Amino acid sequence: MIDVKCPISGTVWQVLVEVGQEVGEEEDLLILESMKMEIPVAAPEDGKVAEILVEPNQPVQEGQVLLRLE
Amino acid sequence: MFKRVLIANRGEIARRIIRTCRRMGIETVAVYSEADQNALFVREADQAFLLGPAPAPASYLNVEAVLEAARQSGAEAIHPGYGFLSENTGFARRITEMGLVFIGPEPHAVEAMGEKVPARNLMIAAGVPVAPGTTEPVQDPDLALTAAEQMGFPVLVKPSAGGGGIGMTVVENPEKLKGALKTAQGRAQRAFGSGAVFLEKYLPNSRHIEFQVLFDNYGKGVHLFERECSAQRRYQKVLEETPSPGLGGNDSLREQMGRAALEAAQAVNYRNAGTVEFIFGQGGEFYFLEMNTRLQVEHPVTEMTTGLDLVELQLRIAAGEPLPFEQSEVTRRGHAIEFRVYAEDPVTFMPSPGTLTVFRPPALSENVRLDSGVAEGDNVTPYYDPLLAKLVVWGEDRAEAIQRSREALENFQIEGIRHNLPLHLRILADERFLSGQYDTGLLSR
Repeated sequence: MIDVKCPISGTVWQVLVEVGQEVGEEEDLLILESMKMEIPVAAPEDGKVAEILVEPNQPVQEGQVLLRLE
Repeated sequence: MFKRVLIANRGEIARRIIRTCRRMGIETVAVYSEADQNALFVREADQAFLLGPAPAPASYLNVEAVLEAARQSGAEAIHPGYGFLSENTGFARRITEMGLVFIGPEPHAVEAMGEKVPARNLMIAAGVPVAPGTTEPVQDPDLALTAAEQMGFPVLVKPSAGGGGIGMTVVENPEKLKGALKTAQGRAQRAFGSGAVFLEKYLPNSRHIEFQVLFDNYGKGVHLFERECSAQRRYQKVLEETPSPGLGGNDSLREQMGRAALEAAQAVNYRNAGTVEFIFGQGGEFYFLEMNTRLQVEHPVTEMTTGLDLVELQLRIAAGEPLPFEQSEVTRRGHAIEFRVYAEDPVTFMPSPGTLTVFRPPALSENVRLDSGVAEGDNVTPYYDPLLAKLVVWGEDRAEAIQRSREALENFQIEGIRHNLPLHLRILADERFLSGQYDTGLLSR
């Protein structure tokens, strides 16, 4: 299981994947918004989305786990 | 002149507007979000009204809440600053309907400049040079390819709505066009609610030079010379200076561009302060890019060299006073550089919210100005743009301005968050910047 952590405090803008979806390394999983900037969060390696822990418009903190890959 | 003005903005620009109002004997009304309750601009205004929760749609973009504050405060005019509601014509119209004054251009001018494709066509009709590009939005990849091949690669795919470089993509070759078109349409749709994109010829190694213009309500206009804004990251400005090293001593070209800027503004019957942006090619060719129909972040470099107060002029024009000088009376002296101090990583440019445990600006003087929205101990929230402050430095010439800037930047202490002061010092050590031979690629190569 790989934890994908939040790189920066902000808000979840869009979740681009679904549970069960196969994703490739560097593929964008979700987009955060912080200080008027879109910040994509990409998969650190190939995997399958096991769990999504956040939803759009949710405030998130740096270091928080956003989703898990397996 | 107005007795009381409401400032529909926050941070450094709200404080900047308060400063001029106070000097002119005008009372100020601040509006703020829950995140800004203890902010300097709220304390410095004569009155302050809470708009709502921190996210901008609930506060600084909340037209009803701002108008209600205007009603309750008895303000006669509203200064929108930049960003937020400054280019929202619905907001401007409502203000006028309430019998108050919107400090800025009339809605028709903002609308005419708001969509890039119609604005480009308007400029072509007015004889203002625009870069080769499509005169209509493009949707069909095959038609896009034909158009791109006609103007020659590389081309830029640009959203017609919006600004700030969002959704803009450079396409190097025909194979990449189809994908880029789709991506740009998607991003434009998400960011601006309109997926319309167009193609424009991409000028490699170009510079970004803009002209400040000022028009009164009686059709009289002047320009206040240029600002060089080529130091950018992600199409966002980092540092601005005037005079432009790109134009150098070429006063006839400068005059030609200033005239084009006035023509561009006249084409939409512009009023109040505005900025006409040009892309400036290696061969000295220049093309209209867009017009910013508001006060610009970087207006202080113009003030430091011309001795004018742009906010004062905005207020006077909005109050119906005629422009108090002719073009020939606009002069400038020396060189000024503005450094945007952002809460962001100086290498990756990632924003960095957090607490400012240390915020100690350098010694200020008539040569070193600081427009700041924050104080030591403040919490920098993720809700708004990352601009903390603007350090503006003046010298008799560019070399002196750079030397003074170095000293000021070295004596500026910020701790608790990542910030871009190290980036500014790096720029000041960069041969391309020092020689003045830099372009918009400065921070990406």
